[in-house]
Parts: sequence; C-alpha cells; structure tokens
Amino acid sequence: MDEGLKSELRKQGVFVTTLEELYNWGRQNSLWPLGFGLACCAIEMIAASMARWDLARFGAEVFRPSPRQADLMIVAGTVTKKMAPQVVRLYNQMPEPKYVIAMGACAISGGPFKQGYNVLKGIDRYIPVDVHIPGCPPRPEALLHAFMTLQRQIGEQTLRGADRPRHLVAEAPSEFPIPQFGAHDLVPPNNPAVWQPPARVGKN
Amino acid sequence: METLEQIKARVEAAVPGAKLEIVLNAAPCAQHSLRVDNANALAAARFLRDDPQLRFDYASNVTGVDWPDAVVQETKLVKQVVNGVERDVERTFETKTPGCLEVVYHLYSMELRHGPVILRLRTNDRADRNHVPSLTPVWRGAEFQEREAYDLFGIVFDGHPDLRRILMWDEFMDFPMRKDYVGPDDYEWEPTPHDEVLVKAKRHQPQAREVEE
Repeated sequence: MDEGLKSELRKQGVFVTTLEELYNWGRQNSLWPLGFGLACCAIEMIAASMARWDLARFGAEVFRPSPRQADLMIVAGTVTKKMAPQVVRLYNQMPEPKYVIAMGACAISGGPFKQGYNVLKGIDRYIPVDVHIPGCPPRPEALLHAFMTLQRQIGEQTLRGADRPRHLVAEAPSEFPIPQFGAHDLVPPNNPAVWQPPARVGKN
Repeated sequence: METLEQIKARVEAAVPGAKLEIVLNAAPCAQHSLRVDNANALAAARFLRDDPQLRFDYASNVTGVDWPDAVVQETKLVKQVVNGVERDVERTFETKTPGCLEVVYHLYSMELRHGPVILRLRTNDRADRNHVPSLTPVWRGAEFQEREAYDLFGIVFDGHPDLRRILMWDEFMDFPMRKDYVGPDDYEWEPTPHDEVLVKAKRHQPQAREVEE
C-alpha cells in the first residue's frame, strides 16, 4: 500500500496495516533473550539490561532462564571448544523463530585467543549469526545498536518469496549438528552448511 | 626463615636417603629452588609441612615445565697436531641433554608468615616414564593444580586421588603446553595471508576458491 495514502488515512482515523507488518512488529518488539553469558561480555550485557541502558525499552527485558522460552541468543563472550557443543545444543533447544547476536571479539572470531588451541574461532562456524558486534567488550550502547539492527532486519523481512525468514521455510533446518569432542579438535571443526573458510584474495 | 642450604641440610637429615639439589636461578630475583628426588619427595614434603621451624602449610602454586631434548653446541679451542706442528684448532662439541618434565611447587607458611620455598620434581623423560609422586596427600589444595599439570603437560602424578583432565575434554589426546605441541590448524584464514600463514592457508583452501584481485 502507498505510504502517503496510508498516512492520509491515519489522519482521518483509519488505521491500515498488513498482516506482514503486524507479524513483524510483534516479532521485533518481543525479543526475549536467553539469559546466559560466557565471559566478560556478559557483564556488559547485564549492564545493558539494567536501569541505565534499559533494554526493556526494546521489549527485551525478559531474560529467559530456559531456551524453550527464548527467541534470541546473545553469545556474550569467549566460546571455548569445550563449551561450544553446549552452546549449539542450547540454540537447538530454542523454538523458531530464533535469532543470534554474536557479542564481542571472541564470539565473532576468537578475539585475542584466536591463535589458541582451546577457543572456537567464532560461533558462526556452527550456528547462523544475525548480528555481529565487534569490541572487547562492546559497550552496552553497541549491544543496543545490535538490537536495533536486528529489529530492523526483522521489520524488513517479507513473509513470502524466496527471501522469507528461515522459520517460514519448511525444509530449512532449525537445528544444527552438535560438534563432538575429538582427539585433537572438535569434530567437525566447522559446519560447512553454515560457514566456509573465506576465499583468499590474490593469486600469490 | 632458614636459608635454602639450611633447609636442604635439615631435610636430608630428617629423610634418610633423600637427594636434594639446589637449583640456582641466575635472574636478578635470585629465587633459587630445591629439587627433590622422586622416591623421597613425599617424605620431604611432609617434613617441610610439619617441621615446627618451617611449617609450609600452603602450596600456593603448582605448575609444570617442559624441557625438550636439547643439543647444546659449544666451540672450544683444542690442541691438535697439524703437519707436525701443535696448534690450537677450533672444534665444535655437541652435548645432548635428554628432555624431561618438571613440576614446580611454591610453598608458603601461613602460620609463620614466610616463604616461598620452591620445590621441583623431575620426571625421567617426556614419553612413558613421565611419573612423579603426587603431593596432594600433603597439600590438599594441590589437587586441581596437579590435574592441570597432568592435563596440559602430561605429567602423571602417582598417588593422586582423582587424576583426570580438568580443562580440556576427556577425549583430548594432546598436551597443549608442551613445547612440541602443534595446535589444530584453524585460524589462518586471513583475507591476505603471506609467508608461513600463506602456506597454511593454501593447504586449507581448495584452488577453486581462489579469487583474483
């Protein structure tokens, strides 16, 4: 519907909307995060949820203690290889629609522990991530920005067509394989369906 | 607190057959340590804890050290007869030192407020004779730290009540803090690798994924 016409009608007291807008409006304003943190980024996440930054303004104040009741996983902190299977399992236990924010340098890439043997080099190797936040740790404002980015992403989604959200695609997976503990590393080291090593630039 | 020499003499007097050695630290801190032989380590540790003048009741830190097999090259002047004339000739000697693993205990006395005394135990080698006696029966607080040394260095503590990996998962086979440990090759995918990283990156990436600038 034409935006101008919609605005005119609204002035006359006629509220026009679409099912898509209503659906996305509901989804984007009731993102309930899963209450879990892995390292120091979690402290910033807690700060963001308290009075000063007040995540409640975005409809996300209810940190759920159970993945069954959560919509959003904030991977806040270093994901060690020992912890990675549990993080993927928690993600699998969340019902669709579900979203992931990878918060901080460790969660997006391994951060300062990138060359270590024991830290996963980014949670996006096993589960799809919607928003990445850099920073070590990111300030609460950065988390709020990630929230608003996620809300905008949700608001822009169409419910039909090829680019509809994953939970409306019947054949799209909502669970991802949980890596196993191997003799030298996690097996597999990444989920090829979710993440591939980036292409090398140059011919050298 | 008594000097390290005095402590050494008293331990040797109290524990018959104990062979102690003072390991000198050349650094400015001059924090010398005591190396105890494995057979008498437990008795020596008990003495250090229970002796009324020492009373080392607190093992603040337990850690491991990996000493890989080392070849030290030394150049010396040697007298040699060359063409009937005796001359000084430079020759290189190689000394092979077999590797071992070491455990270091930092001991303090809470009661008498002194310390630290540093205790070292040594394994015979880095492969299968990698055993040392556990001092957890003497200092209960050493339990998790000895497990950590077992996990990361592969030092086996005989007499430990619960020797399992503590940081890595149980299925893990390697000992990551050893000098010859090679970690999983999973972080080299930089956008513009070069040198050693490029060699590794090439191993990871199929040629088809190569993108021209």
